[in-house]
Amino acid sequence: MTLPAPLSAAATTFTTCPYCGVGCGVKASTRPDGQLDVAGDEGHGSNYGKLCVKGSALGETVDLHGRLLYPKVDGQRVSWDAALDRVAGGLRRIIDQHGPDAVALYVSGQLLTEDYYVANKLMKGYVGTANIDTNSRLCMSSAVAGHKRAFGEDLVPVCYEDLEQSDLVVLVGSNTAWCHPIIFQRIAKAKEARPEMKLVVIDPRRTATCELADLHLPVKAGTDVWLFNGLLSFLHQHGVMDTGFVERHTADLARTMAIADNTAGDVRSVARACRIGEADLLEFYRLFARTEKVITAFSQGVNQSSAGTDKVNSIINCHLLTGRIGRPGMGPFSITGQPNAMGGREVGGLANMLAAHMELGNARHRDIVQEFWDSPRIADKPGLKAVDLFKAIEEGKVKAVWIMATNPVVSLPDADQVKRALEKCELVISSDIIEKTDTNGFAHVLLPALGWGEKDGTVTNSERRISRQRRFLAAPGEARADWDIICDVARRMGYSGFGFEDVHAVFDEHARLSAYRNEGSRCFDLGGLVGLGAAGFDALAPVQWPVTASGGTARLFEDGRYFHADGKARFVPTPVRAPAHAPDEQYPLILNTGRVRDQWHTMTRTGKSPKLADHIPEPFVDMHPQDALLSGVRAGELARVATRWGSLVARVQHGGGIPRGNVFVPIHWNGQFASDARVGSLVNPIVDPISGEPEFKHTPVRVEEFRVLWHGFVLSRHELAMENTTWWTRIQGRQFLRYEIAGRDKSLDRSPWARSLFGAEGPEADWIEYEDRSAGVYRAALVVEDRIECCVFISPRPDLPSRAWLASLFVKEQLEEIDRVGLLVGEPLEKGADTGPTVCSCFGVGRNTICAAIRDKNLKTPAEITGCLKAGGNCGSCVPELKKLLAEVRATEAA
Amino acid sequence: MSTSKPKLAVVGNGMAGMRTVEELLKLAPDLYDITVFGAEPHGNYNRILLSPVLAGEKTVDDIMLNTREWYAKNGITLHAGDPVVKIDRPRRTLYSKSGVELPYDRLLLATGSKPFIIPVPGHQLPGVIAFRDIQDVETMLEAARNHRHAVVIGGGLLGLEAANGLLRQGMDVTVVHVMDSLMERQLDKPAAALLKTSLERKGLRIMLNANTAEIVGPDRVTALRFKDGSEIPADLVVMTAGVRPNIDLARSAGLQCDRAIMVDDTLQTFDPRIYAVGECVQHRKALFGLVAPIWDQARVCATHLAGFGHSRYVQQATATKLKVTGVDLYSAGDFIGNADSEDLVMRDPRRGVYKRLVLKDNRVIGAVLYGDVKDGPWYFELIQNKTDIASLRSRLLFGQAYCEPRAA
Repeated sequence: MTLPAPLSAAATTFTTCPYCGVGCGVKASTRPDGQLDVAGDEGHGSNYGKLCVKGSALGETVDLHGRLLYPKVDGQRVSWDAALDRVAGGLRRIIDQHGPDAVALYVSGQLLTEDYYVANKLMKGYVGTANIDTNSRLCMSSAVAGHKRAFGEDLVPVCYEDLEQSDLVVLVGSNTAWCHPIIFQRIAKAKEARPEMKLVVIDPRRTATCELADLHLPVKAGTDVWLFNGLLSFLHQHGVMDTGFVERHTADLARTMAIADNTAGDVRSVARACRIGEADLLEFYRLFARTEKVITAFSQGVNQSSAGTDKVNSIINCHLLTGRIGRPGMGPFSITGQPNAMGGREVGGLANMLAAHMELGNARHRDIVQEFWDSPRIADKPGLKAVDLFKAIEEGKVKAVWIMATNPVVSLPDADQVKRALEKCELVISSDIIEKTDTNGFAHVLLPALGWGEKDGTVTNSERRISRQRRFLAAPGEARADWDIICDVARRMGYSGFGFEDVHAVFDEHARLSAYRNEGSRCFDLGGLVGLGAAGFDALAPVQWPVTASGGTARLFEDGRYFHADGKARFVPTPVRAPAHAPDEQYPLILNTGRVRDQWHTMTRTGKSPKLADHIPEPFVDMHPQDALLSGVRAGELARVATRWGSLVARVQHGGGIPRGNVFVPIHWNGQFASDARVGSLVNPIVDPISGEPEFKHTPVRVEEFRVLWHGFVLSRHELAMENTTWWTRIQGRQFLRYEIAGRDKSLDRSPWARSLFGAEGPEADWIEYEDRSAGVYRAALVVEDRIECCVFISPRPDLPSRAWLASLFVKEQLEEIDRVGLLVGEPLEKGADTGPTVCSCFGVGRNTICAAIRDKNLKTPAEITGCLKAGGNCGSCVPELKKLLAEVRATEAA
Repeated sequence: MSTSKPKLAVVGNGMAGMRTVEELLKLAPDLYDITVFGAEPHGNYNRILLSPVLAGEKTVDDIMLNTREWYAKNGITLHAGDPVVKIDRPRRTLYSKSGVELPYDRLLLATGSKPFIIPVPGHQLPGVIAFRDIQDVETMLEAARNHRHAVVIGGGLLGLEAANGLLRQGMDVTVVHVMDSLMERQLDKPAAALLKTSLERKGLRIMLNANTAEIVGPDRVTALRFKDGSEIPADLVVMTAGVRPNIDLARSAGLQCDRAIMVDDTLQTFDPRIYAVGECVQHRKALFGLVAPIWDQARVCATHLAGFGHSRYVQQATATKLKVTGVDLYSAGDFIGNADSEDLVMRDPRRGVYKRLVLKDNRVIGAVLYGDVKDGPWYFELIQNKTDIASLRSRLLFGQAYCEPRAA
């Protein structure tokens, strides 16, 4: 393992976690041995010193193994000059020949705000296209669209503190316990302090989050609008309404109410539509009705839907009707998935936004931005959103794409289409920190970017808190910051406006633009952060925007002012509609996708951590036991999970609280970690018509037996070539890699296969093997210099021994004899079971057994030993030793 | 004098005969007036331990089972070094070489076996011996002091033990074996190959597929010549090419013999006053060379001599071990197997371990263990008891410790 170099020894750096949208403050310090210590930052207002398991394991993810360290063109290492000339020249040529809309950027919520800012500026102000979209499209664009429709701007009204102050938290489509653990801990702690505080979870799955819930509504997938239209109607019918607020601060209630009443006017039909008990539904409605301080927090279960934007508005509508917004402890709350999805939104990193929360379609806004940038042009129409972008690439309309810090071959819906698109694309550029990813395999140009700990800038979390990500590790190899790479390309393309002195200058320009010709017309305003300078930027403490001269803002709309032209919020009518594709005979179940607790996105970083691999090591399909039975698959065995768009193979499991008719597959695994586990390839490429966010949580699917003739696993210190294995998945362990494997070949002679896999062909190899050929069982291990190098276990059934003890052998400097004995059992020989060196070989009686018998039974003569243990009773050659042992035991007892 | 007691004469002062006497004394200490004749001039000793004596790991005193005092104490008359030369069955009297004439009421034959000396030219030369008794060991120790080159003909259990002993005594030792692998009656080929390697590492020279044509020497052996004409130097030749039951006396007395003295399930010969035990008997076509079945015979025979006629001798599967320090070897049952049998195999060459179990119908029928023999007796028990091992199968070869239910 190559560890990165710290910038300065023993100093502690305050920075921000690079995973979910909670945006926890992190303290990082490097030990003298190069290992990284990570702890929560007690002074950070988002987490107050707490970190979840992923954040705690950050130290295990910063090693340089697998890093992209040098620019590459067509697989060859080249200089930065050569690489950037190829990028700038390629983009320039395509723009000149085919126009600005023939190029595109596909960026990511993993970028820092400053990276995002220059990328957006390059495309919208200089290339003159809005073809820049981001993977945030996949997780929260429905929330953005919903916010804009309701509030006139993409605004999250509440902050984490509100969760603690509320009396009812409703979590919709959010497995907060796993996906936003620190927020969940804050809720849990508050609930513990105030047991009267209620928690309602609305989720088809009975997730870990439900453990804390007072009420769980396992609604049928995709029925959220029915539920919240029903709530709106219920509240209205029961007079739970803040009439003054509605009159002064909102518009369009009547139309919205009519739609709600028409679609979900009575509780019974809503309960039926949502497939939940009427009593439970009523309980929720009544609880909501009588609780003033209520927060409805939502995540991907709401957003990732063909009706995602309507779902968001159906939630916001209920808060507007009751006036439960803009006051402590209440409001609708979108919890974002990525560390800087919010930052990307702020700079206009989406194809339908401009910059600093300004609109592409607004001439005044275009004028403000172009004037501020002094740019040659300004995009005036929305660009292609993620799914459409890759369709356009396949169709040849977009001929160059620059992908930054994301892995669309894994993460987009119909992900095989993305492969086809990239295969056809004239110029694919990828900026990444990892060399081998499913996406990078298609890139013509690979640009090494800085990773967490190396890069410097800001991120914004779910509560609008801007925090610094600070660097404390030296740039490895020739890696550079994304903003710096983008600016370099822009300059090479002949554009002015990209001569930033350093990252603080980028932030400063971003802050100035937010305040430019603002005069209170736009909520997003960082006027208070203008002119920080290098030192001020470096010292920037976490702060929630808008930031004025007097400081940050914890919650919005306290003055009842919204950002539509008339200053009022909008009720948005939300007609109900089912998910785009319904299950049918061929694909009778519904595929739901999501995160697991201890992995992040496509595992390029979390996949490196042995600690994180412990929780859920393998790709799986979780389903109801009854559905498994009907599908002919069994828990613990492999299944093919297929939709009309693609298929994968995963291990069947139960226990994830999956309702009948649904299956759940995690989003993380991909071609680098498993032979066949990209769930993106299965997801229908259906998007919300407004937000363009894909329907990740609802694809008709079929689960069927994936027949294999054998199962097995390999633990190895080194990476192995598994391409020829029918099915495999790779798991990082402590000083080893674990491969779970399965195959269809009938080969009886496993020994040569295993020896060649491990490179242990020579007769001098310290090779231990066990074979029960007629049962199809084979086990072998290679030992090098008394340390275990690798081992393999094969069986026709998935009844293999636990990997835990074997794994523990890899951290041993030297195998003991007793370890070798147990090695191919996969279990330690218990110390008590160690009979000691054989004394009587006729009856196999060991020294320890004999001594114990002499002591315990007070034996006096060899004949008595024979009478008791048989030892010495056959050939008698051990009788002298028995005498010796008798004397020895007597001597030790006397002493 | 206890002339009123019936007389039991024992021909053969070896392990089988004396174990029978010991068992008898346990059951009926005063029943007989016992007289023992032995060809060797010693008390009874543990012949199995001659190898460790030769190897210098044990002394002759260490391997003595019954001293002369023991005979005296138990009222047994011992004629050591005085073989019986004739049995007059009609007069129920036997005659020793030195002229002792002894009437008997019961006679126990335990004459054992004698080594088979391959009748190649030169086999009678001085320096050509077998490996059977203390005298042979003394001859070998003597040769080791004065000579350099030893050749052991026969790569079986006994030959390898002899070769190891001679090597330990500082001789340059070659094992000449006519078959293509060592101990072919007790080991499969992979185990035999491991054994060969480990013996060679100790310093033994091993020649397989080697056909001895002639033992060469003017007045004492000097070389061994093979059928292909090649020669190796030899100052001592130890023949360990098997044994033959010692039945001359029984045959001359007119007792029914086939390959050995025929006995029934009570160890009685065709003459109901005469019993026989040990390597000199044939029971239902089988001959015996290992100690375990002979102990069983001794027990059954003693029971009958004591007058409790209710036990029968039943043959059991046998197991083999090699007594060469640093080489652990165990085999039992049918370890070759056939088309219907299944194998469990484990190899750990670095640790010097090879294990193989032969299974049939979920039962263990054979075992070969090399390097780690601790579980041999357990497997032997499974073979004997025909235990169904289906539920143990995945752990069986890793030993009893892994198969017993763990304490919680």
